[in-house]
Amino acid sequence: MRVSERWLREWLPGLVGGPEWIARLDELGLEVDGVEPAAPPFHGVVVAEVLAVAPHPNADKLRVCRVSDGRDEWEVVCGAPNVAAGIKVPFAREGAELPGGLRIRKARLRGVESRGMLCSAAELGLAERADGLMVLPADAPPGVDLREYLDLDDRLLDIAVTPNRGDCLSIAGLARELAAALGLALRAPETAPVAVSLDETPLDVDLADPACGRYCGRVIRGVDPRARTPLWMAEKLRRAGLRSIHPVVDVTNYVMLELGQPMHAFDLQRLSRNITVRWARAGETLRLLNEQTVELDPDCLVIADGRGPVALAGVMGGLDSAVTAGSRDLFLESAFFEPEAVAGRARRFGLASESAYRFERGVDPGLQRRALERATALILEICGGRAGPPIERRHPASPRGDDIAIHLRRARVEALLGCRLADADISGRLAALGCGLEARDDGWRVVVPSHRFDLRIEADLIEEIARLHGYARLPRRLPAFAPAPPSAPEGRLDAARLALALVERGYREIISYSFIEPELAARLAPGVEPVALRNPLSRELSVMRPSLWPGLLGALRHNRHRQQADLALFEIGTCFLPAAREGRPAEEIGRIGGLRCGRRLGEGWNRPREAVDFFDIKGDVERLLVLGGEEAVFEAAVHPVLHPGQSARVVRAGRVLGWLGALHPALLAALDLDGPVFVFELDLEPLCAAAVPQAAAPSRFPAVRRDLAVLVPRDCSWAQVEAVLRRAAPPIVQSWRLFDVYTGPGVGPERKSFAIGLILQDISRTLTDRDVESAGAAVLAALAEELGATLRE
Amino acid sequence: MSKAIDSLLAQAEAEIAAAADPAALDAVRVRYLGKKGRLTAELKGLGTLPDEERRARGQALNRLKADIAERIDARRKALEEQATAERLAAEAVDVTLPGRRGEDGGLHPVTRTLRRIEALFVQMGFRVATGPEIETEYFNFEALNIPAHHPARAMHDTFYIDPPHLLRTHTSPVQIRVMQAGAPPFRIIAPGRVYRCDSDVTHTPMFHQVEGLLVDEGVSFADLMGTLDVFLQAFFERDDLRTRYRPSYFPFTEPSAEVDVQCVACNGAGCRICKNSGWLEVLGSGMVHPEVFRHAGVDAERYSGYAFGMGVERLAMLRYGVPDLRLFFENDVRFLARFS
Repeated sequence: MRVSERWLREWLPGLVGGPEWIARLDELGLEVDGVEPAAPPFHGVVVAEVLAVAPHPNADKLRVCRVSDGRDEWEVVCGAPNVAAGIKVPFAREGAELPGGLRIRKARLRGVESRGMLCSAAELGLAERADGLMVLPADAPPGVDLREYLDLDDRLLDIAVTPNRGDCLSIAGLARELAAALGLALRAPETAPVAVSLDETPLDVDLADPACGRYCGRVIRGVDPRARTPLWMAEKLRRAGLRSIHPVVDVTNYVMLELGQPMHAFDLQRLSRNITVRWARAGETLRLLNEQTVELDPDCLVIADGRGPVALAGVMGGLDSAVTAGSRDLFLESAFFEPEAVAGRARRFGLASESAYRFERGVDPGLQRRALERATALILEICGGRAGPPIERRHPASPRGDDIAIHLRRARVEALLGCRLADADISGRLAALGCGLEARDDGWRVVVPSHRFDLRIEADLIEEIARLHGYARLPRRLPAFAPAPPSAPEGRLDAARLALALVERGYREIISYSFIEPELAARLAPGVEPVALRNPLSRELSVMRPSLWPGLLGALRHNRHRQQADLALFEIGTCFLPAAREGRPAEEIGRIGGLRCGRRLGEGWNRPREAVDFFDIKGDVERLLVLGGEEAVFEAAVHPVLHPGQSARVVRAGRVLGWLGALHPALLAALDLDGPVFVFELDLEPLCAAAVPQAAAPSRFPAVRRDLAVLVPRDCSWAQVEAVLRRAAPPIVQSWRLFDVYTGPGVGPERKSFAIGLILQDISRTLTDRDVESAGAAVLAALAEELGATLRE
Repeated sequence: MSKAIDSLLAQAEAEIAAAADPAALDAVRVRYLGKKGRLTAELKGLGTLPDEERRARGQALNRLKADIAERIDARRKALEEQATAERLAAEAVDVTLPGRRGEDGGLHPVTRTLRRIEALFVQMGFRVATGPEIETEYFNFEALNIPAHHPARAMHDTFYIDPPHLLRTHTSPVQIRVMQAGAPPFRIIAPGRVYRCDSDVTHTPMFHQVEGLLVDEGVSFADLMGTLDVFLQAFFERDDLRTRYRPSYFPFTEPSAEVDVQCVACNGAGCRICKNSGWLEVLGSGMVHPEVFRHAGVDAERYSGYAFGMGVERLAMLRYGVPDLRLFFENDVRFLARFS
C-alpha cells in the first residue's frame, strides 16, 4: 500500500521526524519496501493567472498568453488546447528547472518571445500523461510556489501489509498501529453524524444472509453535477495511486483510504426501491463498472434491487446503476461483508478491486456508520445536496459485534517466548492495541478490538506482545535436546555418492525445470501420456517430465549454441509418470540421467582426439552400478528413442533399472542436433540398493595366466561367452579379462575373435602345468560345445 | 728399467683418457692387459731373467698392471655416469605442459548449497526428510492453516495438476507428513523443489527450499532465533554476522518472523544487493501454529515447536555472488565451471 507521510502525520501530530519511525514500521511487521518523493524534483514553478489569450501571429495551434505571477506580468506562448483567460495554472518562470532537468529560458517561438512556460501535470511529473494545462483551483494564490501550494514535499511509503492485517489498509489503521507502538495520541477527523436535511422514507434494505452482517446506507439528493473534486483530495488520491474520477466516487475512495471502509455510491434514479443483499441466482448476470459482464455463481453475494443484481457485494458495482457525470440523487452504501463471502471472487472474474482486497482481509464491522457519516459530510461539502436519514441494518445471525474473548496465560507467554515479561508490560501492550483486559489468576481475559481479524487464539496475543516489545529485545539461545539415535546405514547408497562418482568422471550437474514441452515429452518418452498442468505458464512448460532426457537435451542445445561441443552432463531429479495407483495423478520416480557427446577427454596436447562412444557411457553406468556392489547385466534391447544397434537395458535382480545408448539419428535430425549423443537414465531407488562388503583373504599361492583366443560366430555376444565361462570354468579359474576383440582379415567374415586371459589360482596349493592345461581345455571345450567356438591359430 | 715401466704407464694413461666410450676403453684394456697385451708379454718375458732381477721386475710389472686396471675401472665408471646423465637429459620433459586428465566435473551450485545447509543442520541433530512434489490441497494448504479462499493462497500462485492435486508451493507439507507419521520429538529439515506460477527477473517457476521443523517439550521463540543465528553464521562463515527478526505473517506459524542478515556484500553499509537497506531477507520462520499441530495430531499444550523455510537459490546467490537467478536453470557449462 502506498501511503503519504503527510497524510499519516495529520493523524499523528506527535510523530517526530527522522528515520526511526520508518524503521519502527519494519519492526512492527509492516515492511517498508520503499520510500519515494511524492513529486520529482523541480523548482521555480509558481501559481499564475492567465489574464488574456491572443492568437499567435504565425501558428494556428499556439496562443500568446498574458500571465500574472502576482507581481509581474509575462508574455508566454502556449500550445495547450485548454488555455483560457481567467484560469490559474502552474507557471515555470525563466530559470525554473522541470523534472528531467529541463531548464526554462527566454525563447522565441515562431517569432514571438515567450518568457516562461505554462505546465501540464505530466510536465511536472504529477501524472503519466495530460491533455492540457493543469488547471488549479480558482482561489489558488498567484505567486505561491507550486510545491508549497500542492504540499509536494511529501514522501510516499510503500508498505507491504501481510494478508492478516486488513486493519492496516488505511491511514487510520496505520496511524493506530504507530500510536500504539510509539505511545502517541491519534487525531482523527470529525465523523459526527451530519444533520439530516431531507425528509424521505428510507429505502427498504433486506439482508438475506449473515454474510452481510451490517448494512448502512443513505439517500442524498440534489448534488451539483458541476462540482469538482478539490485539489487536496485529488492529490491524496493520486499519491495513493488512485485516479480522480468523479467527486462522489472520489469521496468513497477517499474514505476507504482514510478509514478503511470500502463504499459504493449508486445513482438513486437508476435503482428500483428495494435493496436486498443475497446470494446470486443461477443464470443471473451483471454488467460491472469496468463494462465487463459476468455470469454470477450462486456463491456470489450481490446487492440487488427490484430488478436484479446491481453490484457484486464488496467487489464492484454495476455499470447500469453507477453514478455518472449527470447524477443528482445518490444512494450511498457502507456495508460489512464477511471475508469468506468476498474472498476469491475478484480473482475469479479477473477484477482488480481495492474494495475486495480489503473485505477479503477483513473490514472492521464496527466502522460502517462512521464511514457513512464521514462520506456524507464530504459529499455535502464538495457537491452540495441534502442528506436523508441514515439506514442501518444488522443481520440477527451475524456473529460480528459479539465480543471475542481469549484466555491468555502468563505461563504460556513465558513458554512460547522463552522469557518472563512483567505483567504490566503484557497488559500495557495489549491495552495499547485497543484490547480490553480483565485479570485472572493465571493471566487475563482479553477482549480483542473489532478491527483485529487476526487475533483469535492465545498465540496471536503472544505474538502481539512480542511484536510491540520488539523481537530484537527477546532472548536467543540454542535449544537443548537429547541426541537422536545415530544411524549410518550401508544397505543404501546416498544419491550424493552417485553424483560424486559422475563428477569425478568429468560430469557437470545440471538442474532443469520439471515441466517441459509436450512435443518434447512425446518425442523422448513416446507412448507415455505425460502428466499435464492445468494452468501452465506457457506451452513450453506445460507437462511434467516423464524422463530426464528432455532437460539434458535442452542443456545440450543451450551449450552447443555457445560453442561448447564436448559435454558430459547429468541430473538427479523426479520424473512423473501416469499413475499406477488409484487416487494419485502421477507416480514420482527419482532418477539419475546423463548425457555425453563430443570428445572423450576434451581437447588437449596429449590426448587422442577420440569421440565419445557407447562404451564411455557404459563405463559411467558400470561405475554407478559398482558402487552398490550388486550385480547387474546389460541386455541389448530396442528403445524407441535410441539407436537400435547401440542401446541396452540395465537389469538387476530381474528389475529394469534403466537404459543407455546412442540417441536415434532420426530423433537427433528431428531436433536439429548433430550426433552422436549418448545418454543414460536409471531409477534411483533400486540403484541405491547396496550390499555390505564381505571380505575374503587373497590366496598365498601364485596366480597363473592362460591366454586363449577363440573364434565364435559373428553374432555371438560377449555376454554369451561370459555366461559359459561362469557356468563351465573350473573353480581354479578365479577371473578373466577380455583383452582383445577382433573382426577382419584372417578370421573370415562369419567369425570374430575374443582374446581372453584366464587367471588361475588355488587357495591351498601352487598350480601345476597340468592344472593350467586342463582348465584351459575345459573352458575351450565348453565354448566349443555351447557356442561353436574354435581356438584361433 | 723403471723408466720403461713409467713410460708404459704414461702411454696407458693417455690411451685411457682418450677412450670416449666403453668399447674404446675395452680396446685399451685388451691392448695392455689382454692375453696378447703388452703387459702380459712383458710378464711372459720375466722367465728369461735372472732370479734377482726377475723378482724386482715382476713386482714392478704387477704394480703397473694393478694401476692400469684401476685407471680403466675409474674411467669406465666415469663414462657410465656420463652416459646416464646424457640419457636423463634426453628424457627431460616440459613440466609446465598441462597434465593428462579429462574435463572437470562439478555439482550444480544449488546442490552444493543444499549439501552445506543439510550438513550444518545434521550436525545440530536434524534429520533429512522428503516428501512428494505433487501434493494435495490438504497437505499444501489446509493442514498448514491456509483454508480455501484465504488471501495467502493467492500469494502462492499454485500450479494445479488436477484438483485437489497440485505442485507443492513450498516444502512445508513435509512437516505435516513427518508429524502424522511419528511422535514427538521431531527435528527435521526437508529440502526439495517447489513450484509457483511466477516468472520474471527475480522469480523462476521452479526453485528450491529447505524447510525445518523442531518440535519438543519447552521449545520457544528464543530457541528458534538461537538456532537460525548459528546456522546463518556458519553458512556465511561469519561469526559476527548480525541478524534481524521482523514480525511477519505465515498462516502456519504464530508468532512469525522474517529473518534478515546483515548484507554480506557491503557488511550493512548499503549497496545495490541489499537495495541500500544494509539487510538481506533470507528466511521465514515462526512457532508452529496450534492449528497445524491439530492437523498433525500433536498435543499443542504439551509440545511446542518452531518451523522455518529458506530459499536455496537466494542463499546460493548471496554466498557465491550469482548475479541473476535465471543462470541457475540455463545450465550453461561456462557458468557451472565456476563450481568444479
